[in-house]
Amino acid sequence: MKADKTTLDRRSFLKAALLAGGGLILRFNWPVGNAVAAEKDHTAPATLNSYIKIHPDGRVTLFNPNPEFGQNVKTSLPMILAEELDVSWDSVQVEQADFFPEHFERQFTGGSQSIRRAWPILRTAGATARQMLMLAAAQRWSVPLDEISTATGSLYHKQSNLKLSYGEVASAAAQIPVPKNVRLKTVADFKIIGSSKRNVEIDNIVTGKPLFTSDYKKEGMLIAMIVHPASFGREITSIDDRAVRQMPGIKDVFTIEPLLRDYKKNGFDVFSYGQIAVIVGNSTWEVMQAKKKLILQLSGPTGNAQNGKPDFLESTGRHYAAMEQASTQPAQVKRRDGDPESAFKTAARIIERTYTAPFLVHNTMEPVSCFADVRADHAELYAPIQAPEFITKTLSARLGLPKEKIKINLARMGGGFGLRAYGHHVVEAAVISQKIQAPVKLMYTREDETTYGIYRPSYSATYRAALDENNQLIGFHIKAGGIPESPLHENRFPAGAIENYLAETWSIPSAITVGAFRAPGSNFIACAEQSFLDELAYEMKKDPLDFRLELLKRAKERPVGQRNDYDADRYAGVIQLLKDKAANLARPARTGRGTAAYFCHNTYAAALVDIGVKNNEPYVTQALAVMDCGIVINKDAAINMAEGALIDGIGNALYGEQLFKDGVPLKSNFNTYRMIRMHEAPAKIEVHFVENQDNPTGMGEPLFPPTFGAVANALFDHTGKRYYRQPFVKQSGEKS
Amino acid sequence: MNSIRINKKEYTVDVDKEMPLLWFLRDYVGLTGAKYGCGVAQCGACVVHLDGEAVRACVTKMKRAIGKEVTTIEGLSENGDHPLQLAWKDVDVPQCGYCHAGQIMSAAVLLRERPTPTDQDIDDAMAGNICRCGTYSRIRKAIHQAAELQKQKG
Repeated sequence: MKADKTTLDRRSFLKAALLAGGGLILRFNWPVGNAVAAEKDHTAPATLNSYIKIHPDGRVTLFNPNPEFGQNVKTSLPMILAEELDVSWDSVQVEQADFFPEHFERQFTGGSQSIRRAWPILRTAGATARQMLMLAAAQRWSVPLDEISTATGSLYHKQSNLKLSYGEVASAAAQIPVPKNVRLKTVADFKIIGSSKRNVEIDNIVTGKPLFTSDYKKEGMLIAMIVHPASFGREITSIDDRAVRQMPGIKDVFTIEPLLRDYKKNGFDVFSYGQIAVIVGNSTWEVMQAKKKLILQLSGPTGNAQNGKPDFLESTGRHYAAMEQASTQPAQVKRRDGDPESAFKTAARIIERTYTAPFLVHNTMEPVSCFADVRADHAELYAPIQAPEFITKTLSARLGLPKEKIKINLARMGGGFGLRAYGHHVVEAAVISQKIQAPVKLMYTREDETTYGIYRPSYSATYRAALDENNQLIGFHIKAGGIPESPLHENRFPAGAIENYLAETWSIPSAITVGAFRAPGSNFIACAEQSFLDELAYEMKKDPLDFRLELLKRAKERPVGQRNDYDADRYAGVIQLLKDKAANLARPARTGRGTAAYFCHNTYAAALVDIGVKNNEPYVTQALAVMDCGIVINKDAAINMAEGALIDGIGNALYGEQLFKDGVPLKSNFNTYRMIRMHEAPAKIEVHFVENQDNPTGMGEPLFPPTFGAVANALFDHTGKRYYRQPFVKQSGEKS
Repeated sequence: MNSIRINKKEYTVDVDKEMPLLWFLRDYVGLTGAKYGCGVAQCGACVVHLDGEAVRACVTKMKRAIGKEVTTIEGLSENGDHPLQLAWKDVDVPQCGYCHAGQIMSAAVLLRERPTPTDQDIDDAMAGNICRCGTYSRIRKAIHQAAELQKQKG
C-alpha cells in the first residue's frame, strides 16, 4: 500500500476547455468515497463533477463537492489538488458544490472515506493541469518540455531565464489535448500536503456569517415544525388542532406521511413514524408556542409478527433483561477457527465478562433544519445532508418529480456524526412545501431531534477466554449483539491471533430507530474488546500493551484464518509508538492511566487517558493519541479531529445515554442529556502520527472507539473497579 | 418605549414581548450569528451581550431586552478583529463551527472581566457552552492567546 503512481485512465475522467473570459478549466470526476453504496466505475465520463479553474490573472478556483460537517474536507481535499498543481495555497479559492444528481452521483461524507477515495483522483487531476500548463509554456518558448519546471503557480525555463505565470498560459493550455501520462510528485516533494492550512471558512465562522441551513432565509418563506408521537411503536390516529389554529401567526396544521405507503426504502431512509403532525406559521417562536398546544391521539403498539417489531412498548429495563438473556443463548456463528469448544472444555481457567452500552443520541449542535421550495415542475432545497444522492431518489418518488428537477444546495452542517446521512427532514420539508405551495424552512427543536430517534443502538458483548494451566491463552469467544443490530466484526483483532476462536452474533428487534453514529458498531465493540484484553492481561499478569503486541506478533507470523481485517504491523506500530510516547508523559498524581488501540475505517488509532476522581466524578487530566492514517494531508486539522475524537469519546463514555419508558425517550434536551463540557475536557492533549508514505485514510471516526476503551481501562487502573456498563458516570436517581 | 439597540443600530420591537431575543434577532432582524441549540439555556450557542453581560438569548424575553444594548457576534468587532476572533483564527479552533459564535461571546465577557484568565477562570466562564465536536482544548488555548493579544494592544 505505498503511495501509488498514476493508474487512472485520464482520457475518460478528465476534460479540458477554455474558460469563459479566458483561462483553463479542467473538469474531472471527484468520486467522493462511499462505503455504503455499491461501487460504481468512477471513471465513467458522464460524471465529470468537479473542476480546477486557472484564471488569466493567476487565481485558481477549486471545486469541492463534499458535504462539510466539520471534518475539514473543504480545506483538506483541495490541498491535494493544489499540491500536484504546484500553486501557492494563498492563490486558491474553494467553492462548495450544490447538489445536482446528474452531476454528483456519489457525494457522500461518512465512513471516514473522503480523503481515502479522493486521493488518487485529485492528485492526477492536479498533475494533469500542471502538465498542460507546462506543455503550453514549452510551445510558447519552443523549448523541450523536460527543461520546464514549476513552482508556486509559475513556469520556468531556467536555461534562458524565462518565466510565465500559470494565468498567462492558461488559455493556451486549454487548447492542448489532455495528456495521457503525467508524473505525480514524490512524497518528499510535497510542500502543501503535510503542512497545516487553516479552515477556509474560518473568517465566516468567527464573524457569525450565515453558513448553516438554519440561517437560510428566502422571501415569502414560512416556518414549519413537526410534532411526532411521544412514544416509539405508536402512531398518530388523529390530531386535535382547535387551540393551535387560534394562535397568532399560525397558517396551517396538518399531518403528513413522509413516505408513500408502498415505497421501498433504501439504506438511508430511516423514518421513525409513518405519520407526523406539522404546524406552519410565520415565525419560529410562534410555531414553537403552537407546538405545545397540539394534541395527538396515538395508537397502541403497532408491532406484530408481520413487521417484526415488538407488540409492547419498550423500556430500558426490559431492553437490558432481553440482552442479558440473549447473551446466554446460542447465537448465529459468524466465525470459527480451530476447535474453540474443546479449548474451553480443557481450559484450566475461563474468564468471562459482559459489557453493555445504552442508546446514544448524536446531539449535533445544530438541530435539524431544511429549506424546501417545491413547485409544480421543480424543487430547490437547502439541506444539511451527508448523503444527498440517497435521499434524492426518495424525494423524487415522493414528490413525483424527476431526479434532475430536484436541486439540493449543500449547506455547511452544524455537526453530522452519522445522523446527517439520514434525510427524513429533507423529505418532510419537501412534502410540507409541496402541500402548502410555499417555500418553507423546517426547524426541529432540540427536543424533537433528541426524541425522534435514529440513535446509536444499545449493545452487549460477552467475552470468554480459555487459559491453560500455564496461563496461556488457548481459546477466545465473543458473543455480541444489540437492539436492534449487532456490533460484531468477527474478522477484527484478536481474530487471527488465537488458535481457537469463536464469534457469534444476535440481535433483538425494536421499534426504536437507529443509524450510523461516529464509527458505527466500533464505537461500542472497541470499548468492550479493549476492556477485556486489559482484564485478560491483568489476570495473566502481563503488561496490557505488551500482551496486545504479543498477539499481533502471532497474527503476523502465523495468522489464524484467511479473513483478518487488519495489518498486524501497522496495528503494532500505533501501540509501540503509544508505548514510547506514554513513557515520556508523566502521569499526574492521584490519577490512573488507561490505554487502548483499535483499527476501523482504514486507520489505526491508539488512545491514552489519565483519569482521577473528585467528588465521585471522574475527570480526565490529559490524553494522548497515536494515529496511523498514512500520509497526513492537513496536519493541524488532523490534530484537531483527533483532539475532538478524544474529547467526544471521553464524554460519551462517561455520560452518554438515552433511556426509555413505555417507548418514550426520557432525555430530551441538554438539561437531562449530559454532554462533556469545558471543565471536564482534558486540559492537555498530545497527538502523534506514525510517519509513513502509505495512502492517506480518514480521521473522523477511527480514534473515537478506542477512546472509550482507554477511559474504561484508566478507571480500572485508578479505582480498581471494572466498569462494565456505559455510561460510566451514573446519573442522579439511577442505581449503578 | 419599544426600541432596542442591536450592534449600535436602533430597532423598533413590534413582536410579542414574551418572544425570546434569539428569535427576534434571527427571524426579524436577520442576524443569524447567534445560534439555536437547545432553547433552555444549556448549550450557550445563542450567547449575546445584553448591556455588556453574557446572556442566553434563547431564554431572554424581549420584555427584558427592550431599552437595552445588544451585541451579537456580528457586532463584536468592526472588522472581525477582536482579539478572540484573531486568536480563534490563529489556533484554527472550529470543526463544524456551529457553537463558536456563542463560545466567543462568552469568552469576550470573561476577557473583559479577567484580562488574564486562569484555566480555572476559563472552566468557570465556559462551562455553559457545549461543543460536541470537542474543540475545548483549542478554545482554551485561543482564550489564553487572546488575553496576550489584548495585553499587547493595551
